[in-house]
Amino acid sequence: MKNLEDLEKFINSELASKINNSFINHDSINLNIDHDELIDVVIFLKTNKETKFRQLIEITAVDYPENENRFKMVYLLLSHEYNKRIIIEYAIKEKDIISSITSIFPSANWMEREVFDMYGLNFKNHPDLRRILTDYGFEGYPLRKDFPLTGHNEVRYSEEEKKVIYEPVKLEQNYRNFDYESPWEGTKYIKEIKKS
Amino acid sequence: MAKEKKTLNLNFGPQHPAAHGVLRLILQLDGEVVEKADPHIGLLHRGTEKLIENKTYIQAVPYFDRLDYVAPMNQEHAFALAIEKILKLKVPARAKYIRVIFCEIGRILSHILNVTTQAMDVGALTPTLWGFEEREKLMGFYERVSGSRLHANYFRAGGVHKDLPAGLENDIDDFCNKFPKIIDDLETLLTDNRIFKQRNVDIGIVSKQDALDYSFSGVMLRGSGVAWDLRRSQPYDCYDDLEFKIPVGKNGDCYDRYLCRIEEMRESVKIIKQCLQNLPKGPIKTEDGKISPPPKKEIKQSMEALIHHFKLFTEGYRVEKDEIYTAVEAPKGEFGVYLISDGSSKPYKCKIRAPGFTHLQAMDHLIKGHMLADVPAVLGSMDIVFGEVDR
Repeated sequence: MKNLEDLEKFINSELASKINNSFINHDSINLNIDHDELIDVVIFLKTNKETKFRQLIEITAVDYPENENRFKMVYLLLSHEYNKRIIIEYAIKEKDIISSITSIFPSANWMEREVFDMYGLNFKNHPDLRRILTDYGFEGYPLRKDFPLTGHNEVRYSEEEKKVIYEPVKLEQNYRNFDYESPWEGTKYIKEIKKS
Repeated sequence: MAKEKKTLNLNFGPQHPAAHGVLRLILQLDGEVVEKADPHIGLLHRGTEKLIENKTYIQAVPYFDRLDYVAPMNQEHAFALAIEKILKLKVPARAKYIRVIFCEIGRILSHILNVTTQAMDVGALTPTLWGFEEREKLMGFYERVSGSRLHANYFRAGGVHKDLPAGLENDIDDFCNKFPKIIDDLETLLTDNRIFKQRNVDIGIVSKQDALDYSFSGVMLRGSGVAWDLRRSQPYDCYDDLEFKIPVGKNGDCYDRYLCRIEEMRESVKIIKQCLQNLPKGPIKTEDGKISPPPKKEIKQSMEALIHHFKLFTEGYRVEKDEIYTAVEAPKGEFGVYLISDGSSKPYKCKIRAPGFTHLQAMDHLIKGHMLADVPAVLGSMDIVFGEVDR
């Protein structure tokens, strides 16, 4: 496999029924698949001698609250032999349970834990699904778009209780999110004046 | 009669000098042999990715300094490259060379820290003192170019913030002439040192297969004999024009990784020297006024420049809708940014792929069956910095 186009064609012909859509963007192949096909596709890409995507680079999710299938799962794989990258994507609903790929790539363990921690998505067949980055006893899923930037709790050392305590966040001034966008086109009323 | 087996649970950290930061490692010990290691991370979690989603592209750059804080500019590089690829920006040659110079300085900064503190973890204090003197000089270069010793905020999409100040080229060159001698000195202290070898040779062996399975990159991968370096295999900026070797280990143990780092420092010095010799003249950032701010002089005279300046520092520039994964060879391994833009001036999502995260994950696998005293040695050779692990 010399170039990306050939590789894309090859993957498409081998996995025809499993791939919804594929394209090449910024020197990597993007595959859009169905959620149920994940394990088959990953095993194929890892073991086939024409692809040899033998290293998992990253697993992450993206939150699109307005979509019916709210989350998009993203898997990045790398092939050292052929010096190629591939991105596997699929859309899922909040309540869907994702098949873990820890049995194929041991390094998926923490990456899936991070997705679970940050987005609240559940995995089946995962050996150790616990929160990873957030505090012990943390509630909520920070990287969802509806989670506030300031969070819910803050910690401080209490001199009376002689320990660190949790309190609801109190801000002296609310987080200010100015909307600067709109600009180069000019304001609306000027356009309206010009029209009339 | 069989003896009843007792396991001891030991809390290593969160505050432990050999944990290189805030790592809580829960070890299950059978006597002195480690049976299981469960790293608890996240004690330095700052929500970098969430914060970046709420900041403009320019405002997001400083957060990258605070990831792997011993080699800040290497991280900024990945972010800058991602934006440049989406915007299809042409970066001036001089900017590319300056960026590579400072990335290699970052590599030396990181490797000095790692090699010397690893030595300290296994009992040698002197290398740390010698090495940190050199780091101080390198951070001096950082300060002269960006105004800050650590959190540089220097790389921009489309180039760098400012040109090198007068005299800096000569001083860096001077450093490059003297530094190989310092590496030699460090090597006389460590490479054949009996204690250092006893503590590192055949400890924490990573096989080729493990290195692939556990998503290792950088020295952790090369130490196990996989010749893979993004600077060579997927070159970015001007690495294509430079000559350098990629040191590869043989046994995949802590000692090989140490040797790789020492050799990489020597190669970095060569890269910096080549860059200085071939440093082209010209602009240091893209001259597109919609992306990079105009010079101060123009702001005082030209209305257009003033508007550009104002818009860039309030709204910021917009990045068209796209998705991209860009990776650079940071000192610790493949540092990647998976960026999703939505056409506004803020990233929709910015996933940071930190090499340390996947390396630390293999701790349990690597340390099983080793003695308790080997924990700091393995941890040290992994080159963990919690800024990037916890994000």
